[in-house]
Amino acid sequence: MCTWITERAEIAGSGKGPNGWFTLTHTNVYYDHPYHATFDHTLNIDFVNEADGPGARVAVELTADSARALVQKIQAALASGDAQHQRSVVPPG
Amino acid sequence: MAYDGVMAETINIRGHADDEISAYLARPLGPGPYPGVVVIHHMPGWDAATKEITRTFAVHGYTAICPNLHHREGPDASPDDAAAAARAAGGVPDDRCLGDVAGGAAYVRSLPYSNGKVGVIGYCSGGRQTYLVACNLPVDAAVDCYGGRVVASEEDLSPRQPVAPIDMTGNLGCPLLGLFGTDDQNPSPEHVARTEEELKKHGKTYEFHSYDDAGHAFFATDRQSYRVHAALDGWQKIWAWFDKYLATPA
Repeated sequence: MCTWITERAEIAGSGKGPNGWFTLTHTNVYYDHPYHATFDHTLNIDFVNEADGPGARVAVELTADSARALVQKIQAALASGDAQHQRSVVPPG
Repeated sequence: MAYDGVMAETINIRGHADDEISAYLARPLGPGPYPGVVVIHHMPGWDAATKEITRTFAVHGYTAICPNLHHREGPDASPDDAAAAARAAGGVPDDRCLGDVAGGAAYVRSLPYSNGKVGVIGYCSGGRQTYLVACNLPVDAAVDCYGGRVVASEEDLSPRQPVAPIDMTGNLGCPLLGLFGTDDQNPSPEHVARTEEELKKHGKTYEFHSYDDAGHAFFATDRQSYRVHAALDGWQKIWAWFDKYLATPA
């Protein structure tokens, strides 16, 4: 695509990079040329902490089909996890 | 047998706003004089593939320099991390790119074995930046390899890239060679045709070649987009173009 179009969101959590675990602050998502994957275009996600410099990054490059499957699985995991956690906090009757 | 030797190294140059930035310099080891070429790297950054291209120009008798346009985002970062940081910041600002390329061109012109001529070539986003450079800096020849967004809609523009390069065509100051693939979506064949119309309208010296069965990044030997027929012919056209416009000393 050769564009600078990037979807960006604040996030809270941790990621593991080459130097170990670090706190994540943002994610940048874009559908463009990959750096490493052998496809013309991939859905790329960078999990970053910009305050810690450009090396504080966990990167993935996924085919479009892989990314869509991942979205579904994330939604499914969140839904089933929510259900389990709600059950676990219901006081015994 | 003619002597065949090159040397290549990272150096520091002065770029936009007199900032010190890194660059990769490759040059033949003969006495010269040699024409210069500024190589503008693609969006994935100042990477090994671009440095290989820079060395290829030296092998063919050019002093080639590739400024690191992502230096400020990560002077010591890996190319992919610096490229990601540049993207997150909204991309390389056009004025900063022009300043950095001007610094690279000035550096090669200052070398004692320069013939005084400098061309510019860029790939992918660097193709767009090549068009930008050719319309704004005093270079002697330019080669745009599938630069996307030379034609840009309003939503493509931003504070960092505020003007569509096609709208600068009247200021194009050097001969322009364009190499494209007909399967490319950015630039699409329609965008290539619109750019060509603009070049004709302004009476500019140019040649455009579009290869069938080739899309974006057909020169990239490390990607599935590589198309040997387009790449081999494209290199021949690059050598002919730069020989025609850069070989005669300034």
